[in-house]
Amino acid sequence: MKKVLERSKEGEILVADGAMGTMLITHLKLGECPESINLTRPEILEEIASLYLNAGADIIQTNTFGASPLKLSLYSLEHKTEEINRNAVLAVRGVVGNHAYISASCGPSGRLLKPYGDTDSEDVYNAFERQIRAVINAGADIICIETMTDLREATLAIKAAKTISPSTPVIATMTFDSTPRGFYTIMGVNIEEAVLGLEMAGADIIGSNCGNGIENMIKIAREFKKYSNLPLIIQPNTGPPKLEDGIPVYQETPEFIAEKAKELVAIGVSIIGGCCGTTPAHTRAIRKMVDSYMLTHQY
Amino acid sequence: MDILKQIAENLRQGNDKKVLELTKQAIKQKIPSKEILDNGLIAGMNVIGEKFKAHEIFLPDVLLAARAMYAGMDELKPILIKERVPTIGKVVIGTVQGDLHDIGKNLVGIMLKGAGFEVIDLGNDVSPERFIEVAKKENARVIGMSALLTTTMLGMKKVIDLLNKQSLSGEIKTIIGGAPVSEEFAREIGADAYGYDSTSAVECVKKLIKIS
Repeated sequence: MKKVLERSKEGEILVADGAMGTMLITHLKLGECPESINLTRPEILEEIASLYLNAGADIIQTNTFGASPLKLSLYSLEHKTEEINRNAVLAVRGVVGNHAYISASCGPSGRLLKPYGDTDSEDVYNAFERQIRAVINAGADIICIETMTDLREATLAIKAAKTISPSTPVIATMTFDSTPRGFYTIMGVNIEEAVLGLEMAGADIIGSNCGNGIENMIKIAREFKKYSNLPLIIQPNTGPPKLEDGIPVYQETPEFIAEKAKELVAIGVSIIGGCCGTTPAHTRAIRKMVDSYMLTHQY
Repeated sequence: MDILKQIAENLRQGNDKKVLELTKQAIKQKIPSKEILDNGLIAGMNVIGEKFKAHEIFLPDVLLAARAMYAGMDELKPILIKERVPTIGKVVIGTVQGDLHDIGKNLVGIMLKGAGFEVIDLGNDVSPERFIEVAKKENARVIGMSALLTTTMLGMKKVIDLLNKQSLSGEIKTIIGGAPVSEEFAREIGADAYGYDSTSAVECVKKLIKIS
């Protein structure tokens, strides 16, 4: 399979899958560690991966968002770090073979770094290193450092990934809030600073995930493009959930997101995927839109 | 500059050592403890709350200011207790059952303390029974609940239902907050208030206590 970065550089638009967490909800008991499924019921991961593969995703994520030992320690599962990460990659590999890239999700440690919080940079670095080593050993194609709000933490994760496997492409995405003064992460990072910091740390593909529906994501993408020439990844969620008969329901439909995502294509986004609330139906709709764009533009 | 203004100013800058030193000085100068609290520490945190709400400052600035506030507060607290200066109210807060996310809840705790409330923080993964048991025992007037996950936000309703069942809903008010919840959700589950952010949460709690 051709390298993901080569395809982006040639102008191909790749489709990443949709949400994992919100797809797992029905399988999880209240308060259960989402990554414990990797140990107990990997067949669920296989099922989700195959749904996204059939929907046309080029990139499939692993269920390892919270699988750094720092995060797993909240459930006393840190000693299972290697097994949890390995199982997640293997489950997806079994389904996708070489037909899609496996992108290993690495979410925030959940700790605040000193001096704002109580955690040493070294501990956060070590935690990411341990997780990333496990997914690389299991054969992940891409490392996806995502939902970051602290540039220092994102930098530590990127550096850990590049130290362990310099040739593995690293995606790094941050989550922004829309404020009257523009887009900022809760830690106060704006898009210009994010671009600068993520590039400097060594990320190969940068962008934004979660926190926003498609309309804000279009604005975010535009701003990223202003400052960066790296391939850009955008993964919108489906807007804030609303309650219907006591169940939280995400709002933005596959058709709505796919229609709006045409603007992401026009801006020059390289990878379009989805975050919380998106489903294989969203992936399918985005795939269709991207395919017809690439046909008309004789990719 | 008068010393209380200096306390407020240094608190805003997150200078914990200076706040501690100035608080000690103010106590030595026999400035009434309530004044040091209101016009020094609370005044400083007030500005932090407003600036944070306006997105002029961010979480790191708030956390540093909070640390400075605690430095002064720890020095002042024994005196406030000795002089029987009442707090403006007692609030029990926590992240609901099954949810381990506590940054938002901690932020609300900081802002409540910074406004002069006594805060009992139950941490995260708090069961409905525990929220109510502690609120009753402590005579708290408000329960504040936080959730980050759509899977756990329904735990808020359990607390409210349980309060109703025990006929406590008039005595103990509820406020909710967190990324997935909204004003509409608060209405739907019967919460008394919804805090859009930590600064508005404090305003809401003040209102709740006045009307109850």
